Amino acid sequence: MALSQAALFEAKAEKASARRNRLLSLPALIVIGVFGVLPLLIILVYSFLQAAPYGGVQWKFSTDAYLNFLFQQDIFDDTLQFTPDFLIIYLRSFLFAVVTTIICLLLGFPTAYFMATRTPAQRNWWVLLITIPFWSNLLVRTLAIMFIIRDEGLINNLLIGLGVIDKPITMLYTNFAIQLGLLYSFLPFMILPLYASLEKLDFRLVEAANDLYATRRQVLWRVIIPLSLPGIIAGCLLVFIPALGAYVTPLILGGGIHLMIGDLIAQQFGSGRNWPLGCAQALILMAAVLVALYFYVRTTSGKIQHG
Amino acid sequence: MPDKPDRNAIEVVNVSKIFGSGEGQVAALDTVSVSIRENEFFTLLGPSGCGKTTLLRLIAGFDFPSAGEILLYGQDIAPLPPFKRPVNTVFQSYALFPHMTVADNIGFGLEMLGKPKAEITARVAQMLKLVKMEALSARRTSQISGGQQQRVALARALAPQPKVLLLDEPLSALDYKLRKEMQIELKRLQHETGITFIFVTHDQEEALTMSDRIAVMSAGKILQVGSPRDIYDRPAERFVADFIGETNFLKGTVVSKKSGVATVKLASGATVAAGFPENFDPSGAVTVVVRPEHADLTADVSKGTVVGTLANVVYFGTDTHYHVKLDGGDNFIVRYQNSRSGAVTFEQGAKVGIVFEDDGARILKD
Repeated sequence: MALSQAALFEAKAEKASARRNRLLSLPALIVIGVFGVLPLLIILVYSFLQAAPYGGVQWKFSTDAYLNFLFQQDIFDDTLQFTPDFLIIYLRSFLFAVVTTIICLLLGFPTAYFMATRTPAQRNWWVLLITIPFWSNLLVRTLAIMFIIRDEGLINNLLIGLGVIDKPITMLYTNFAIQLGLLYSFLPFMILPLYASLEKLDFRLVEAANDLYATRRQVLWRVIIPLSLPGIIAGCLLVFIPALGAYVTPLILGGGIHLMIGDLIAQQFGSGRNWPLGCAQALILMAAVLVALYFYVRTTSGKIQHG
Repeated sequence: MPDKPDRNAIEVVNVSKIFGSGEGQVAALDTVSVSIRENEFFTLLGPSGCGKTTLLRLIAGFDFPSAGEILLYGQDIAPLPPFKRPVNTVFQSYALFPHMTVADNIGFGLEMLGKPKAEITARVAQMLKLVKMEALSARRTSQISGGQQQRVALARALAPQPKVLLLDEPLSALDYKLRKEMQIELKRLQHETGITFIFVTHDQEEALTMSDRIAVMSAGKILQVGSPRDIYDRPAERFVADFIGETNFLKGTVVSKKSGVATVKLASGATVAAGFPENFDPSGAVTVVVRPEHADLTADVSKGTVVGTLANVVYFGTDTHYHVKLDGGDNFIVRYQNSRSGAVTFEQGAKVGIVFEDDGARILKD
């Protein structure tokens, strides 16, 4: 009888622990629900409503927002005409985000590798140095870049002073400025996850590969990169996704001339006064990111499998 | 070993390795010279920090000597990077590639050497058979046990058929039984492959049972090189005698000496004949060493070379240790192998004499 009582007690304890676990997950579920799922649902609903003339929405079902994304109504005969304007902005944003991700990876990997191969005490200092930019506001830092690269800015003044050039090189409000700003803002998000996975790398494996006749280049491709792939994936996602939706940087450094998706969406809620269109644009962006993510993760995790 | 040609696979010539700089610099190796013969199972034995792993890493090419030469069949390899040396290593941590299968691990070296696929496949199969791991070739290295990882590490290092195989305490992570098995396995592999093995360990028993020759190291120097029997029976220095096996140390004074044997007057007043190593000239106050199994107890105290009280009897299963407190105050251990007849019986607290076997006592440099 003692045995069955023990079994009963164990079943009871198991139930209690399951109840406790559910209870513990409650705060997280509430936060995700209230701040994640609910706003997304509101956006989804709004995207299928009609725009009110002075902002906001009218509670009438409409697919105009999605149609307007690709087509424009002719003002004279109401026929729909294909307009690639938004699509071009999306493609340009993708291009910016892809270039940002690639350059961040190329700059970030050697940096993270350098950091990970220092002594533990030095490593902490390097991590601190990498995170210092986070201590001040992104807006302030972006404005600082503006002052550095504008026509009368630090770089141009220096070059003119040195006699290298006699007319300032226009950098501000160009694609270059946006690209520079994006690189500057997102590089730490690449370095930190790369560092985290390189720091865990067992460097005895590098010695082992060297011992087995692998040259430095072969060690990099056959051992270091495959083993730091989780960090590479995390870093690329952390850079690509926010870079795609970047708002402040292109607004300030692009001068509103070279729009990116973030600015476009913000515009619909401001001067555009077309909330449904803004919602639709945001959802289309999300869908595009999810599709891109799906293929990215599928190809890279395949690489992990095959080593 | 008479059947082995006296050709040197590795010659280490006056090699020093200094780590750090300025005040904090440490000499991990201090002008070390040693020759390792072809096809030999050679062991570098010493306590941690003695420089044995440093020497192995210099031969592998992970570190470079501060001074001296390392010759592989007469060619100086000291300046070459590890991937240009026909030498492979079995690491203490095994260092198997976690993102590859067992077979891919074993084939890695051959792949890096640019061998054709068919040759790699054949050689990997051969290696898997050699270490009896055929069934697990497609497993990830994280999915196999420590002993199996050890076998894979061995197969991986042997696959490219190195001129010399370096083993850095490869058995230290295994439990006792598995370690015993692998000791025999390693000897078999060395015999079957005919490759020169350089084995690093701090385990004297491992060194004695496996090696053709042993180099005993301490504080960055090689103290003695010799066969296991040489090292155990004729230790050159006190450190060697102390590090390998158990030893009794007695103080004495040299009375007279002739052709390798000295007569020493011990503190107890008794005199013993004690051998001493070549190129050592004992005189005055010396230390005499006697192995515990090279001495006998006797109840007849008048016959004892030294005399004391039996303080403790420790039973070890295969043998029994008798701890004797000598009248002079020193401790002396006598070891007897246990047999079914169980001939030796002494009571704790009994007065006993100790007799040394012929050639049992030796004089050593302190």
